[in-house]
Amino acid sequence: MSILIDKKTRVVVQGITGGEGTFHTERMADYGTKVVAGVTPGKGGTTHLGVPVFNTVAEAVKEQGANASAIFVPPFFAAEAIMEAADAGIGVIVCITEGIPTLDMIKVKTFLQGKTARLIGPNTPGVISPGKCKIGIMPGHIHKPGTIGIISRSGTLTYEAVQQVSNQGFGQSTALGIGGDPIVGLKYIELLQLFKKDKDTDAVIIIGEIGGTAEEEAAAYIKKEFPKPVVGFIAGQTAPPGRRMGHAGAIIAGGKGTAKEKMEALQAAGVHVAVSPADIGLKVKEALK
Amino acid sequence: MKIHEYQAKQILAQFGVEIPRGEVAESPTRAREIAEKIGPRVVLKAQIHAGGRGKGGGIKLAANPEEAERLAGQMIGMKLVTHQTGPEGKIVKRLLVEEALDIERELYLGIVIDRAKEAVVVMASTEGGVEIEKVAAEKPELIFKEYIHPGTGLLGFQARKLAFKLALAGESHKQAVKFILNLCRAFEATDASLAEINPLLLTKQGKVLALDAKMNFDDNALPRRPAIAAMRDLDEESPLEVEASKYNLNYIKLDGNVGCMVNGAGLAMATMDIIKYAGGMPANFLDVGGGVSEEAVTNAFKILVSDKDVKAALINIFGGIVRCDMIAGGVVKAAKELGTKIPMVIRLEGTNVELGKKILQESGLAFTTAGGMKEAAEKVVALVK
Repeated sequence: MSILIDKKTRVVVQGITGGEGTFHTERMADYGTKVVAGVTPGKGGTTHLGVPVFNTVAEAVKEQGANASAIFVPPFFAAEAIMEAADAGIGVIVCITEGIPTLDMIKVKTFLQGKTARLIGPNTPGVISPGKCKIGIMPGHIHKPGTIGIISRSGTLTYEAVQQVSNQGFGQSTALGIGGDPIVGLKYIELLQLFKKDKDTDAVIIIGEIGGTAEEEAAAYIKKEFPKPVVGFIAGQTAPPGRRMGHAGAIIAGGKGTAKEKMEALQAAGVHVAVSPADIGLKVKEALK
Repeated sequence: MKIHEYQAKQILAQFGVEIPRGEVAESPTRAREIAEKIGPRVVLKAQIHAGGRGKGGGIKLAANPEEAERLAGQMIGMKLVTHQTGPEGKIVKRLLVEEALDIERELYLGIVIDRAKEAVVVMASTEGGVEIEKVAAEKPELIFKEYIHPGTGLLGFQARKLAFKLALAGESHKQAVKFILNLCRAFEATDASLAEINPLLLTKQGKVLALDAKMNFDDNALPRRPAIAAMRDLDEESPLEVEASKYNLNYIKLDGNVGCMVNGAGLAMATMDIIKYAGGMPANFLDVGGGVSEEAVTNAFKILVSDKDVKAALINIFGGIVRCDMIAGGVVKAAKELGTKIPMVIRLEGTNVELGKKILQESGLAFTTAGGMKEAAEKVVALVK
């Protein structure tokens, strides 16, 4: 098993005819993902990379039975693309786009209230259930099927964790990035709830970073309700306050959101916290003993 | 992005937010002229991107135009050190010269994004003129909040509630309501990430206006807010950071001596962390991005080695979609072009790692290679010791 996506997932790519959309649609299809439709307004009726293109997400759902979406739309149009997907009844929306204004994301989150759609991202490498389905831009070949779930706010640091996990002889059930922006879709708690129910996930790795309070909220949830072992790492232990560290959401503001606070919260919740990023794989082994 | 107080006040005035009368002076003569026009009593305020100006001597009261000229002479060109500038301080280039007002009460008004609640929140407090973090820690019951629904904007009753909490009545209450609503409009229309009026002033005559104003903006939204983007003051930023921003590189100068170049923000932060864990200190944060090109690597390398504090460099790349051979090619090209003598530790991992390592070995340049992050950090720290 896995969470969110598997072999039955049928993907529509929003912005399929753009440069990024084209490049990654090919790689997702190569990995075995069922890309069943594309959406580019005005290009409906054509095909691109052998995939039928529609004017709206609603048509892609109706004609091709799409139930998940990958968004590769430029930042100022991406918020609307998310809302269109949710309105069309898409179940899992993965927004890869980086650079969406925060006020747009606040509108999106308000719009999503009461809807069934689960949003991953924006500013995420995506979601992968190894050997089954990949929606995103991560290199498929470094992953392998297994029993470790990974939830991360980062891209390449997640690849690093994936490899360390593999070096210890484990694979991943599902690995995903929640996104590096201040306001994102699903956060740790919603995903931990899914991993809790997933019989094939034995342990979960949380890769957090400075800024916000999502890791502290996750720690409180883990302490109360999460029975499986959790390994944690927080990036930005040496980050100066008040500076945005690459990710829009990675900023220590008003003395809040430091790595120290987050690590302490996780430790207090019984999480196996790796102080050094090189020890994530080792901590997984230790946690599963 | 940050802007100066005078720029924030210009924006606020466009949205009908009440501000004191004032103008910007870049010379003592100009300061006197402004004082003659709006004075005789004026306040001179140094325009730098940092708080705590008053304690550092960056805010002064002049009783008449002559004194304004004399004080401006001392302030323009001075190095102003506050708790936010660091010990190096900032050079004062301009002053905001404003009418001196009769203070009845100093209040607080701020608009920020509440990440946990995923909403914009308006905060008001009777405790103005001090740091709001301090009030939040010591007297949280004196901070009043109203969340803005993005569909409706802040509603009139919410603004009235806040104004009543500030214990304002009559004409002052009306003015405060208008002030709060207009500030919210300004926040939304400019894609601000912070709008802070501290203090919000109630004058002895019952007027409500922004004695100070601070606005920050969402960098992601700047392309659709060209008028705001044009307010960027490059003098307030470090020259290497300005250079890096031209190439869309995320670069932040730090205090240590180990330069780092990494792909991806999370991995870049983790690399800084592991350098410290190994006993060294990072000289910078440098994220060349997830989808990096050979050109980006070359530019990043140039910026990295032009920092005089860098005694050794650690290049940590995890190739995903990006290929290690391409990264190695970019590094070799840049190192040869610049003829740099800075010792380097390179750690490559991921797609085409073997090809990448081969390119490094055959380049004839002196690199140390490392297999994992830990080994890389230990090797680079040994080089600076």
